[in-house]
Amino acid sequence: MTEQRKALAMISGGLDSLLAAKLVQEQGVHVEGINFFTGFCVEGHTHAIRKRSSSKPKRNNALWVAEQLGIKLHIVDIIEEYKQVVFNPRYGYGANLNPCLDCKIFMVQKAHQWCQQHGFDFVITGEVVGQRPMSQRKDTMPLVSKRSGAEERLLRPLSARNLPETLPERMGWVSREQLLALSGRGRKPQIALARHYGFDDFAQPAGGCCFLTDAQYSSKLADLWQARGRKEYELDDIMLLKVGRHFRPKPHFKVIIAREEGEGNFLQGYRKQYLSIVSLSHPGPLALVDGEVGDKDIELAASLVARYGKGRDVPRVEMEIRTPSGSSFLLNVQPMAASSIPEQWYL
Amino acid sequence: MNRVLVDARRLLCPMPVIRVQNSVANLPAGTLVVAYCSDPGALNDIPAWCRINGHRVVEMHSTEGEYVVVLEVGAG
Repeated sequence: MTEQRKALAMISGGLDSLLAAKLVQEQGVHVEGINFFTGFCVEGHTHAIRKRSSSKPKRNNALWVAEQLGIKLHIVDIIEEYKQVVFNPRYGYGANLNPCLDCKIFMVQKAHQWCQQHGFDFVITGEVVGQRPMSQRKDTMPLVSKRSGAEERLLRPLSARNLPETLPERMGWVSREQLLALSGRGRKPQIALARHYGFDDFAQPAGGCCFLTDAQYSSKLADLWQARGRKEYELDDIMLLKVGRHFRPKPHFKVIIAREEGEGNFLQGYRKQYLSIVSLSHPGPLALVDGEVGDKDIELAASLVARYGKGRDVPRVEMEIRTPSGSSFLLNVQPMAASSIPEQWYL
Repeated sequence: MNRVLVDARRLLCPMPVIRVQNSVANLPAGTLVVAYCSDPGALNDIPAWCRINGHRVVEMHSTEGEYVVVLEVGAG
């Protein structure tokens, strides 16, 4: 009896990784999934934070994909290790602070190591030649195979026939003829294939699955690094960059103002770490102050926060200032006029 | 029956799932794991993770912004 081969599919939660895993699973290979959590994943967090998303079902798309395939999914926290990818990408950043090529190499390397530790034979990705400007090009895809160490044990089922033969194909673990030759950014073949397999309701994130590809998010991260004088972050830092309006009135402090109730609830959880400001006399958002601040700074921040409450048009608003230790005091401030907020404060 | 507590409060998904997964990895079948979460998404994600990995959710409830999922570790 032929030994059943085992493949580890990198599951992002999108359609391509679902189809790639399905193509290999159909050939009798035992497939399990792996999903990496970097802290920058769009998946999950924005649903959890923003109240306006609450009408949509809260689901983790990687788990959903695994359930559609009937496979196990291993979710791996790589937050700490991933920092070096973000800080020092060998192949540089994309349009924003997205180190896509280094990211892909790193993740394939992690997946390959997992295979070696767990007796799996090869790695599957949903990559398609020409689909992404950095990591999914005809010239960079072989680089991913090489630099990750996976070499011939990396199979891209959706584009396999556009690429050199890999070990699983050469050994007959999978039939190359039953793999695909997709290329380019078009989505029609994938959608047709999804329909063929009866997959619907699959995720198609318009802006990709990583916050680092987002210009505004990257700009806030760059500001954080500049303010601290070096590239560094903790999970809380990069979570807070996803939430609220961000202003930097002075180089040494930043103000984060909730945009709606869900964000306000989320920021509540940080009141023991940051100075917080909220209006007492009128309904208004919760805000956090990040940085070492003096009395004048606090007054400036309170005036800015008052601008975003219902009391924005009254002469004076009473604001509560709470320190991380829990002590609080009141400040009576004039809400800042919109025209008084310098453009460079907005992050 | 053994009960193992997992504190996943103040964590957003998928971190509660990862905490549960890492805890379950070292536990024998039949152990009960009680996960305390503050992200309501955990009420969907932990059961989904259980279904695909062969574990069984035996109870879920929520009180004052805290969500509790009790699961029984499967045979793997």
